[in-house]
Amino acid sequence: MIPGVEALLWGVAALMITAVLAVTLSRRSTATGLIYLITLAVCGFLLGIALWCLVLRPTDVTSTTLPVGLPWIGAHFRLDALSAFFLVVVNLGGALSSLYGLGYGRHESAPHRVLPFFPAFLAGMNLVVMADDAFTFLLSWEFMSLASWALVIAHHREPANTRAGYIYLVMASFGTLALLLAFGLLAGPAGNYTFEVMRASSPPAPLIATIVLILMLLGAGSKAGLVPLHVWLPLAHPAAPSHVSALMSGVMTKVAVYGFIRVLFDLLGPPTWWSSVVVLVLGSATAVLGILYALMESDLKRLLAYSTIENIGIIFVSLGLALAFQANGMGWPAALALTAALFHALNHSFFKSLLFFGAGAVLSATGERNMEKLGGLIHRMPVTSFVFLVGCVAISALPPFNGFASEWLIFQAILLSPDLPQWGLKVLVPAAGGMLALSAALVAACFVKAFGITFLGRPRSEAVDRAHEVDRYSLTAMAALAALCLLAGILPGFVIDGLSPVTQALIGGRMPTQISQPWLSIVPIAESRSSYNGLLVFVFITISASIAVYVIHRFASHELRRGPAWGCGFPDMPPDAQYTATSFAQPIRRVFGTFAFRAKETVKMTPPGDISPARLDVETHDVIWEALYDPITGWLEYATLKLNRLQFLTIRRYLTLVFGSLVTLLLVVALWL
Amino acid sequence: MKGLTFDIAHLLAGGLVLISFMMLYQDRLFALINVFALHALVLALSVGWQAYIQNAHHLYVTAAIALLFKAIVIPIGLHRIILRLGIHRDIETAVGIGPTMLAGIGLVTLSMVLMLRVTATADALAREDLAFALSIILLGLLVMVTRRNAVSQVVGFMSLENGLVLAATGAKGMPLVVEISVAFSILIAFIVVGVFLFRIRERFDSVDVRALDDHRGERR
Repeated sequence: MIPGVEALLWGVAALMITAVLAVTLSRRSTATGLIYLITLAVCGFLLGIALWCLVLRPTDVTSTTLPVGLPWIGAHFRLDALSAFFLVVVNLGGALSSLYGLGYGRHESAPHRVLPFFPAFLAGMNLVVMADDAFTFLLSWEFMSLASWALVIAHHREPANTRAGYIYLVMASFGTLALLLAFGLLAGPAGNYTFEVMRASSPPAPLIATIVLILMLLGAGSKAGLVPLHVWLPLAHPAAPSHVSALMSGVMTKVAVYGFIRVLFDLLGPPTWWSSVVVLVLGSATAVLGILYALMESDLKRLLAYSTIENIGIIFVSLGLALAFQANGMGWPAALALTAALFHALNHSFFKSLLFFGAGAVLSATGERNMEKLGGLIHRMPVTSFVFLVGCVAISALPPFNGFASEWLIFQAILLSPDLPQWGLKVLVPAAGGMLALSAALVAACFVKAFGITFLGRPRSEAVDRAHEVDRYSLTAMAALAALCLLAGILPGFVIDGLSPVTQALIGGRMPTQISQPWLSIVPIAESRSSYNGLLVFVFITISASIAVYVIHRFASHELRRGPAWGCGFPDMPPDAQYTATSFAQPIRRVFGTFAFRAKETVKMTPPGDISPARLDVETHDVIWEALYDPITGWLEYATLKLNRLQFLTIRRYLTLVFGSLVTLLLVVALWL
Repeated sequence: MKGLTFDIAHLLAGGLVLISFMMLYQDRLFALINVFALHALVLALSVGWQAYIQNAHHLYVTAAIALLFKAIVIPIGLHRIILRLGIHRDIETAVGIGPTMLAGIGLVTLSMVLMLRVTATADALAREDLAFALSIILLGLLVMVTRRNAVSQVVGFMSLENGLVLAATGAKGMPLVVEISVAFSILIAFIVVGVFLFRIRERFDSVDVRALDDHRGERR
């Protein structure tokens, strides 16, 4: 039997059964290990099949129909190259999260709130990627949302978590509504909801296509975290247990990206050039704002969540570029941009999971998420800090790691923009490139802060002082991700070639084959324009660093010397006097904060004779929340207060309401026909 | 013969609409129940005529049920209830008679315009029948809306059901099961509402539904 969509569905069924099993077992002490072991095995199985399909049979499309769901329609599932790629992302993240959960889950205070939903969440994400009709897609999407919502409010006794869960639920419902409307428009008046028919039907009218684009940006964008729909993400992702945060940030946002790609590149038909403008503008705004928020943040997990927003921005810029090139019939530049987007999605799932695992390790070792209370962990958790450093370097897009490879590809695509015929795009794309460059620099600053404040210096609280290295399962999961970050960085050619069937199927073009290049270089366009060799960079860095170390140790002393730190002349420096996360971000807050956050600094000097210290107060505003969400909640509150009177009518008035609405509907029919 | 059968069916259905109008301006409960009995009688005639012209014998059963229960048993039962409650002297209308009649005319116009346009391809008899039936349903709702007393709301509801039966019998080939279920639903509604009336009466000393609203602690 050729393993295809059926085998994958069996895996999903196994995950569902595991969820049920977890409900019955979850109060036992052995349940944690058992459940995560099963999910690890099942995700590994699914990953194996997806990789097998993507690498060995990339052009095969298998599909099946299950007799569940809507009567006489059933649930359609399909596996093509795009699904297979995203299945790899989902199940790789799922497998490593399960491995991490084997260790991290033991610290869980309420395992019965986490264990049943974890496999269900994984099953939901797998189903979304395989769905082949709108009904199944939406059902799986909502299932995924609800399972992750349950995980977000797993620790519901903290008031911040219930608020996060509430906002997440509202935004998720809104997003699903937008998707529902988008699929309704795609299905057209004939109302055939299978993707196969949507794909085959003639492209919709420009107005319909525009509305579908906007609805997809709202629906998929709210799940992925596009500004200004990102508000739930930095609240909800950190609220979940860390391995779930890793899944939500690293994997679920990619499922949203999958939905966007599936509709825009596969179902909607050929794009128009200005649709790419919308995506480019939103993507670059998301990238810059996301990382600015992250810089202002001193909660480690929230910082990572904001950084996810930034990476989604990068992916959407790249998708916008692909749309722009495709609209102008430029096959291989579109393939380059789409490959870059998918590659970055894969990379982000690696290093964001790694960083969330690291944050979880710090959290379980110290009980602290606030960076202002951490510090000095490099001596207490050496392995964690090393792999966290790898994640920071990778996300900051420094060679030889994977972040550099994918962002470099995106910039290669941006450099092709002068070939675009539209002047609007000729101007806009370099501007978006500038925004990306800015955000890349800010990311580096942000992760210098994240690593430096958390792991370097001296401990800022007692709990941190007593921290110990975490268990082996967690370390193995993190080390595996760090190795993947390095491998994808030094051998990007294999990934790019693995993605070529996806671009071939979606836009009919592909990048040149990379593994046949000498020395494993990647050459996206032509040797004369640009090429990059991660392996060579890695070898060079390793050799030069080894030589430097050798020279230093050969000609200088081997002795480790500890001396007193210079403390500006103060004799006894408390750990509080160290550089803090807020002070690290201060210069950037001064530069960007006035317009992005309406930041205001007030210095309150004490009057002469008063011996209390002077105060520096910083006031920042979440401009998007205040300008967009506060008015909406205000109107809603007003409207509900007004409509609340409907709850207290007399029986006769209720009858009158029913009567009135019946007559109105009849009138509408009478006037319409 | 075709012309005559059509005219008689038309006459009876139209008569039902006319009697529905009569219900609108009855401000005494006994008068309202009498008019309802008349309504049910004409319905029985109409259904009987349909049975004759469609040569559908099972419709005679429906006609008999309508005659027996709606024209005789239920009006007598309601008479007794009213006497036992001692509300036969009450005068109740929530909305003035003039506006009510005008609204009724508007509703009939609406249903005519709508039905004649929607069912352009259907058989002429069925078309007229459906238009009248919709008018009767809307007028029944109007009765329910314009009354405060629970008894007259029940009567309005039952005249609405008469409209449904008219629609069901006007269409050829409707199985008997449906009509029996409709008749039984009315019977059950009648019993339930009867019990309900006495419960309100026991508790609030009135069958005015305002008492229920007052009980919920509301003002108007």
